[in-house]
Amino acid sequence: MSGITVYKDKCVGCSLCVKGCPFTAITLVDKKAVIDLDKCTLCGSCVEACRKFGAIEIVRETTKTPDIEKYKGIWIFAEQRKGVVQSVAYELLGKAREMADKLNTEVAAVLLGHNVQDKAQDLIHRGADKVYVVDNPKLEHLLDEPYARIVSNLIRKHRPEIMLCPATSAGRSVISRVAVQLRVGLTADCTELDVDITDRSLLQTRPAFGGNIMATILSKNHRPQLATVRHKVMKEATIDPSRKGTVEVVTFDPSFFLSRTKVLKVVDEVTATVNITEADVIVSGGRAMGGAENFKMLEDLAKVLNGSVGASRAAIDEGWMPYSQQVGQTGKTVCPKIYIACGISGQIQHLVGMQSSDIIIAINRDPSAPIFNVANYGIVGDVFQIVPLLTKRFKEVL
Amino acid sequence: MNIIVCIKQVPDTTEVRIDLVTKNLVREGVQAITNPFDTYAIEEGVRLKEKFGGKVIAVTMGPPQAEAILREAISLGCDEAILVSDRAFAGADTLATGYALSKAIEKIKDYDLIICGKQAIDGDTAQVGPGIAATLDIPQITYVRKIEDIKDGTIVAERMTEDGYEVIETKLPCLLTVVKEINTPRLPSLKGKIKAKSAVITSWKAVDIGAEESRIGLKGSPTWVLNIYTPPPRPKGQIFEGEAQVTVNQLVEAAKGLFH
Repeated sequence: MSGITVYKDKCVGCSLCVKGCPFTAITLVDKKAVIDLDKCTLCGSCVEACRKFGAIEIVRETTKTPDIEKYKGIWIFAEQRKGVVQSVAYELLGKAREMADKLNTEVAAVLLGHNVQDKAQDLIHRGADKVYVVDNPKLEHLLDEPYARIVSNLIRKHRPEIMLCPATSAGRSVISRVAVQLRVGLTADCTELDVDITDRSLLQTRPAFGGNIMATILSKNHRPQLATVRHKVMKEATIDPSRKGTVEVVTFDPSFFLSRTKVLKVVDEVTATVNITEADVIVSGGRAMGGAENFKMLEDLAKVLNGSVGASRAAIDEGWMPYSQQVGQTGKTVCPKIYIACGISGQIQHLVGMQSSDIIIAINRDPSAPIFNVANYGIVGDVFQIVPLLTKRFKEVL
Repeated sequence: MNIIVCIKQVPDTTEVRIDLVTKNLVREGVQAITNPFDTYAIEEGVRLKEKFGGKVIAVTMGPPQAEAILREAISLGCDEAILVSDRAFAGADTLATGYALSKAIEKIKDYDLIICGKQAIDGDTAQVGPGIAATLDIPQITYVRKIEDIKDGTIVAERMTEDGYEVIETKLPCLLTVVKEINTPRLPSLKGKIKAKSAVITSWKAVDIGAEESRIGLKGSPTWVLNIYTPPPRPKGQIFEGEAQVTVNQLVEAAKGLFH
């Protein structure tokens, strides 16, 4: 029977589970944990809190994918935009190759689009053994319905055990529909992946609670195990032009390409800055920038460092920068190699959007600003004075 | 136009702290709030109602105390509120949650538009919205930053992408997930607050929505958490103080190797 159990003999009444429960569902009665099942969501926090004593257990009785052992191989979704395979696809290939070698199985890439067939070899050179190509004018734009329908169909036919998909706006939208159509698990926004070779399960690690904790998620009873993977976290697969693989061009009945949504227009908002989720270096400004015109100095610094410009919520709400550049809880989560926070105090809402950056550099007038707690390097000083000097100095040495 | 807004009660993650000794999450005193992205969904639903007429129904799945966010939704202009709550739903992952909400929406039956926030701040998955659309087999537009027009059963909306935005058209009924840029939510009015206090919240259990037992709660959830850990703290940084040019030189000297 599925559910949660407290083993009274193992419970020592330490109350760690009481503190660990996010839903205040646990109380101590006669020094033993008692769970209020009306409040409990079976989130598992208490099991984790009680790991030392093992007094709480959640038993799951899920269904299993039939013929689970027949599912073999790791797939990646090779997302393309305007016919260009996105670099995140190569990151997925790198990880897929590594895990496939552990599992002694093959890697396949799924490439959907229009006039994209010639890109299949690139995927092979980056580690794919096989590429399934569906090339059709109706797939020019990444439309959720036909894309999901076709991916689901390919999965049903070829039965991969794992499929990785970019955690992009398109990837997340398509693969969520695939998961429902196949009734399998999907883990969002993974930052670490590994396989357990004993049962071929995928260990999917991702940040939760705004990056305050990391959680490892399993979906061992279902195949395929679907995960979206955050951009810029995995290493891109290297190119080996001598690698060989097969390309299978798959055709579908016209009904597969039907879409109730239609793309009327695609607008690239070309600004002086590049897409912040793609950038290796981000120079961000906060409230202390004082006005839209002052972001020019951040653009100058970004230019020297080949980066793009971001902003905190405060700066966005003032209208100094467009929402597309907002870093933080209600904006974008970024993890560049280098994040330079200028005049950003470092409220937790901002930190959750950038604290997984490799290196953080902070410039702030207030030495007690929380941003310095996460910074690898920092300067206590006035941004208007420091930033231009920094731009000049970097120009000299780089 | 009848609009369903799906909302979620979440712990205010900005208040969650890590106990440095036990490495546990400290959740004491952490408030339960309406998921911030869902507040934009509520506001957009209410604005559309004000423009086109009809009603807005707020739906949430959660424990009984999630009723609080439904009352808040009513204070903000929603007309009806439904709490989908049953022990049998406990332990639901995104697949089981999407299914249960879909069954509730099927029971509501008469709707033109479903609006969700783009994701919830506790899990950040962005999967439940599209999951509902797929289960109900209706079209979806995710990451909507602006509704351009709704006319003759057709909606045109701007969808945020990594490079800019797309203008998408689809037929109603459909599901939207919305981002912060779409609006600025209003504050509850006094009238709204009074209405919320006395509002009757409909409560549905698994049997009321005809949910299959094998597809809800733990049983219906293919994924589960194996373990949770706190990420290692960032190493203590080098912070330079003093004369501007000196500190700039120090920083560039220390950091220049990082750029190539």
